[in-house]
Amino acid sequence: MATAMTETTTAAEPVDLLAKFDPIIQTREQLLAAGVEDPFNLVMEQVLSPTRAICNGRDTILLGTYNYMGMTFDDDVIAAGKQAMEDFGAGTTGSRVLNGTFRDHRDVEAALREFYAMDHAMVFSTGYQANLGIISTLAGKGDYIILDIDSHASIWDGCAMGNAEVVPFKHNDVEALEKRLKRVPEGAGKLVVLEGVYSMMGDVAPLKEMVRISKAHGAMVLVDEAHSMGFIGEHGRGVAEDQGVIDDVDFIIGTFSKSVGTVGGFCVSNHPKFEVLRLVCRPYVFTAALPPSVMASSATSIRKLMHGGNKRAHLWENSRTLHKGLRDLGFQLGTETPQSAIIAVIMPDLEKGAMMWEALLKEGLYVNLARPPATPAGMTLLRCSLCAEHSSEQVQTILGMFERAGKAIGII
Amino acid sequence: MSPADVDAKIRTLIEPFNKKGVAIEDATTFAGDLEFDSLTVMDFVAEIEDAFDVIISMNQQAEIENWGQLVAAVHKLQDS
Repeated sequence: MATAMTETTTAAEPVDLLAKFDPIIQTREQLLAAGVEDPFNLVMEQVLSPTRAICNGRDTILLGTYNYMGMTFDDDVIAAGKQAMEDFGAGTTGSRVLNGTFRDHRDVEAALREFYAMDHAMVFSTGYQANLGIISTLAGKGDYIILDIDSHASIWDGCAMGNAEVVPFKHNDVEALEKRLKRVPEGAGKLVVLEGVYSMMGDVAPLKEMVRISKAHGAMVLVDEAHSMGFIGEHGRGVAEDQGVIDDVDFIIGTFSKSVGTVGGFCVSNHPKFEVLRLVCRPYVFTAALPPSVMASSATSIRKLMHGGNKRAHLWENSRTLHKGLRDLGFQLGTETPQSAIIAVIMPDLEKGAMMWEALLKEGLYVNLARPPATPAGMTLLRCSLCAEHSSEQVQTILGMFERAGKAIGII
Repeated sequence: MSPADVDAKIRTLIEPFNKKGVAIEDATTFAGDLEFDSLTVMDFVAEIEDAFDVIISMNQQAEIENWGQLVAAVHKLQDS
């Protein structure tokens, strides 16, 4: 046998593992060959404020950064970060459960408990890891995860990483959720995963009904409030607070990379056994903790967001003005009414969407170009996210840019 | 319900999704022969789930590539 094996070790044909991505390479090349600037390779050479940057050499208004509350340049947020870097150094070089928990990691978790008025808070290195870790750890073999089909990639990846049965239901469809809850075998653990605001279309979930039904069927409920923190709900705790069901939500997932203006993810909960997750959640254990400067900046930002009433009101005013203005210009939008700080402008196809994106960039406006598979129903979207620091004049300027670009490309 | 009955019932359910009128045999694949994208799969699966009052999880769907496998899986699910 041994001789036979050595005799047959002729050079095998190598298989290029990247060949499976050829269709993506082709789509991208076609797009760029048409002369469009690469939508996925933008560089901000200078960032002037939460709403302005020099992008690819142009002075540009930022309308696609999720920097909802404009905290990235807040004086106190920056000062806290600088001080922590001076005092604690540039990084942690370690896991939260070993040498990576500094004073400010504890403090930012205290700030989260204050913000949400909850008993427990656990900070992850990104929002993606928070969903990945919490979902994959909570729902194990034999359990059922019931989730909205339009859930964020981090939620799907959390499902894929665990061993639970994964059951999607039609987007925001209360009846579809209820049917599936009823069919789960008796005695099985159930985790319902919802989002407050869905980031592609900017629409809000009917959490009031969904949380009630989930609880009635004995399920635990996790709500991702990444796109609502700081400006939806009386205390800015999100859609669950706004719809009066936050006390029935078992786990809230959030991020620092939107309203808080830094980076990091978290889970808050009142579950009495919550702290055990620090020991069993692999994306929490097997990665380095965030730098102390990020933690200090985040804690300061979260506490300021608790008193951000005026900024909140201005953000909503911006969202309403832009939504109405774009509708009046004849653009097709993702929602009938402004439901969040995200306004999705629906493009006829990827080619027109890319042309429109480029025309806006040349006007001096940055928005997100979103396309399948990230988008629902194969749509191409120009996704706009407003900031509390956008002035009313900037919003009018933005509308003028949309009007000129839309007419030039032939969308309106 | 016998496998033949399950087959017949799903055959009526798939009609609106089989836009090109592909002839369906046991070896007919959903992704390849029927060109189902992920959204079509979701809607079609939801129709079957409602008609048979079962759950076909994503984990189970991953094991089902062709018609014969689907009929066998649904037949097994409705009995359990």
